[in-house]
Amino acid sequence: MLDWLSDNRAVIAAIIIPILVLAFVWSIYYGRKQDRLTDNDEVFGDPVRTKGGWYWAVCGVSSLFLIWFYFSWGVGRAYFPEAANNMCQVAKLEESVGPIKASLPIGSRYYKSTLLAGRNADQLDELQAQLASTPFTDAEKAELAELIDQTNTLIANSSDPANMSDATREELSGIAVQIIALSQFLDAGPVNMSPTPEALAQPKWGTTFTEIPILPRTEKGVLFDTAATQAAEISGAFNKIRNQSAANDSLIEDTQARIEALKEINESGDFDEATLAAREDYVKAVERIFRRLDDGLIFPAAALEEVNDAVAVLDASASSAQGSLRIADALFFPGPGIVKSATQCTEQGSARWLPKPTDVVATFGRLANPDLENGGGYRGFPLLWWDWVAVADVVAFFVPDWIADVWPGEYARHGSDGTIEPNFKDKLLAFATGDVNLGHFPMLDGHIWDSLFRVLVALGLGILLGVPLGLFMGVSKFFKSFFDPLIELYRPVPPLAWAPLILTIFGIQDDGKIFLLFMVAFAIMVISARTGASGVQLSKIRASHSLGATDRQIMWTVIFPNALPEILTGIRIAVGVCWGTLVAAEMLAGTTGIGFIENIARTVSDYELIWVTILIMGVLGLVFDLIMRWVIQKTIPWRGMG
Amino acid sequence: MADLICENLNMTFTNPQTGGKVEALKDINFTLKKGELLSVLGPSGCGKTTLLNAIAGFVPPTGGHAKIGDKVIEGPGVERGMVFQQGALFEWLSVSRNVDYGLRMRGQDPAQNQKEVDKWLEIVGLQGFGDTPTYQLSGGMQQRVALARCLINEPDVILMDEPLGALDALTREKMQSLVLEIWKETGKTIMIITHSVEEALLLGERLFVMAPRPGRVHKEYNLPFAERGLKESLREIKKDPKFSEVREEILTMIWDMEEEIMGRA
Ligand SMILES: Nc1ncnc2c1ncn2[C@@H]1O[C@H](COP(=O)(O)OP(=O)(O)OP(=O)(O)O)[C@@H](O)[C@H]1O
Ligand SMILES: [Mg+2]
Repeated sequence: MLDWLSDNRAVIAAIIIPILVLAFVWSIYYGRKQDRLTDNDEVFGDPVRTKGGWYWAVCGVSSLFLIWFYFSWGVGRAYFPEAANNMCQVAKLEESVGPIKASLPIGSRYYKSTLLAGRNADQLDELQAQLASTPFTDAEKAELAELIDQTNTLIANSSDPANMSDATREELSGIAVQIIALSQFLDAGPVNMSPTPEALAQPKWGTTFTEIPILPRTEKGVLFDTAATQAAEISGAFNKIRNQSAANDSLIEDTQARIEALKEINESGDFDEATLAAREDYVKAVERIFRRLDDGLIFPAAALEEVNDAVAVLDASASSAQGSLRIADALFFPGPGIVKSATQCTEQGSARWLPKPTDVVATFGRLANPDLENGGGYRGFPLLWWDWVAVADVVAFFVPDWIADVWPGEYARHGSDGTIEPNFKDKLLAFATGDVNLGHFPMLDGHIWDSLFRVLVALGLGILLGVPLGLFMGVSKFFKSFFDPLIELYRPVPPLAWAPLILTIFGIQDDGKIFLLFMVAFAIMVISARTGASGVQLSKIRASHSLGATDRQIMWTVIFPNALPEILTGIRIAVGVCWGTLVAAEMLAGTTGIGFIENIARTVSDYELIWVTILIMGVLGLVFDLIMRWVIQKTIPWRGMG
Repeated sequence: MADLICENLNMTFTNPQTGGKVEALKDINFTLKKGELLSVLGPSGCGKTTLLNAIAGFVPPTGGHAKIGDKVIEGPGVERGMVFQQGALFEWLSVSRNVDYGLRMRGQDPAQNQKEVDKWLEIVGLQGFGDTPTYQLSGGMQQRVALARCLINEPDVILMDEPLGALDALTREKMQSLVLEIWKETGKTIMIITHSVEEALLLGERLFVMAPRPGRVHKEYNLPFAERGLKESLREIKKDPKFSEVREEILTMIWDMEEEIMGRA
């Protein structure tokens, strides 16, 4: 079932999207109608105006989902499930033609030759200008000036079409012809082409980590894939062509020899270190430019014109061969190109960090599956499930080991026959270390539960200790003045700043995190209980005194209930802050928990997983808040009525 | 039960910032016999609440003392019940739990408590409201709960600080009759502060008019109206020319005091 759903996510999305559109349109229609009915008899600013209006919630949620679907290309995939695969093939062609285009104006404004000629000439001019201040003898300077001149001549010779060999000329026009042939191949369309069975058997778009199936699944795809292979060959051939004009041959040899001669003088001569370095550097600079020019990469512009025109024709053919694909791309795949690396076929752009809603749900389904053997859970641990827990372990957690140590007597020694007869002290130790069988009980388990458990335990401890302290601080000079500085010293430090220290002291397992969260919850609970306690109406306290209540009774029957609204608000805030801190703490260290999952997902750039964790945290936070709102409504209906 | 005695009661407040002193009470001397009903009138800020708080034991006087019989008052006590201007009910408790608060705090038998609660709720006319949360009651009902909560404790002295101030005329009149009834039936010593001259005249067997700066008892009256109020309708009493006469006299007195304060300010 899960697999079937996962495999048909495009279809599912195609069904959900029209429902969302309908919900969106209907809610606007219905909402406007409703508001028109009630607008007249409501006073602006009256809080009652905000009551109800669930249809606007439908409107908001459905529009949010639609936006999500659209920008994550969920709409595109739902209605053009093969588009990405096709675009991937188009991208393959783009990539194959890329090297040719890169050296032509059609791909990069200038001919590569133009850039080379310009850059080398500039550098030669610079060297020429420096020549006067170099530590060469006048004769050497004249020699170098001539060398620079010769090198400039190399550029000029390469750029002159008259110097070009016929062979090179033919090679270039051969390339142009091949490109034109390729564009005609595209124009002809997918004749006698069909995807291979292997291609059709590929997993669907989005179900693997590489995201998009790489082999062409449609006729059009095969067309582009084939064209790409041919284009790659043409590119290879084009890259091998060199413009070695005959006019340069003797020039190159001569220049080479003169540079070598200069190098020799440098090596054998008796120069001081600085002079030698300056001389060597200069000669090296001249040689470097010369080397760049002797490999024949500069072509006359006119000679490349034909290839450039042919590529333009190919581009036109490719874009018309795409046909409807281009419209789909423009309309349903917002952002820059969908395929980044044609050889890997991974999605790029918004859909990379904004996975499709259906994919997020599918990932969640995979994680939520408690069947660890079949790929469920995360890192060998379920998301939220249950397991048997040994009672002994829980007991051992609460019973410290030293109880056995301080028990009178000695631990058993092995007897003369080598056997050990455990005495009571031994048994006590076994009890305290959990080394006994006291039965098992079912307990929640999994990443979510681990996170929840940490928050709940820390919150519970924070409430249990923080509320009484806060109440006492609200009524007692000693408690207030004694504890205020302590709490105010540690509270303003962001909890995460404490994390490295706490995790070192208490360990990266539950203890450390619980203590960290406890610190957070404790401070919040103390402050809220204290605010509540010090805000009690004096007349209520006095009334209670007059009615014969003792100080302790006043504490629990007047001050505590009076502080309850603040305490509950404090709990509500503490839950939120604890959540935030927990996730960050789990990111720092640990092997379980929502934050842990997110951290791993971050390191491997698994955006679907990141979104799953974000959504889980959001939903849990929402649930917490709803529970707290409900509790507040139930326990303190008198809030603000006193 | 014993008399309530104030001997040279002084209360001076010092403003910690400016060091300025306010003589809220200066040399207050009076004896309130057991079973007497005293009403206290006076312009705003003349020290009425301060006097009541000192007797209730909420604030220690800076000089002199108040006594119940021979016992000097050193703090709040069950024998002095207090009814506040705004009820000061515990809004997180139901009416019944508010009323039996004092009994519960002293650990009395819950079943017994319930009987007492029912009795007192009936006296103040709130039968059937036992389980209602107090914040759902009207102002007058809340004040009756406060009264019942105070009376169930059977204090010797009942201190009331403007208990009826926030009520409408009709409810107020009913509550005034209720106070008189309770006074008659229980024979408690009652001290009631009010801003209404009429109320002071109707309820007070004795009446103090206080004057400010320093706070002192300016004039004392002994009045027949409270006694009559036990038998006659309160509205009839108000029509009595004697009643109007005293009322005018006191109003003029307070008016003059207010004028003086304004002039000085
Ligand atoms: N806690 C206090 N600190 C300083 N001054 C106070 C304090 N309580 C009361 N006073 C002053 O004592 C004087 C008497 O106050 P009190 O509250 O007794 O007046 P009152 O007669 O009850 O007035 P009202 O009729 O307005 O309630 C006032 O001038 C007031 O400013
Ligand atoms: Mg007052």
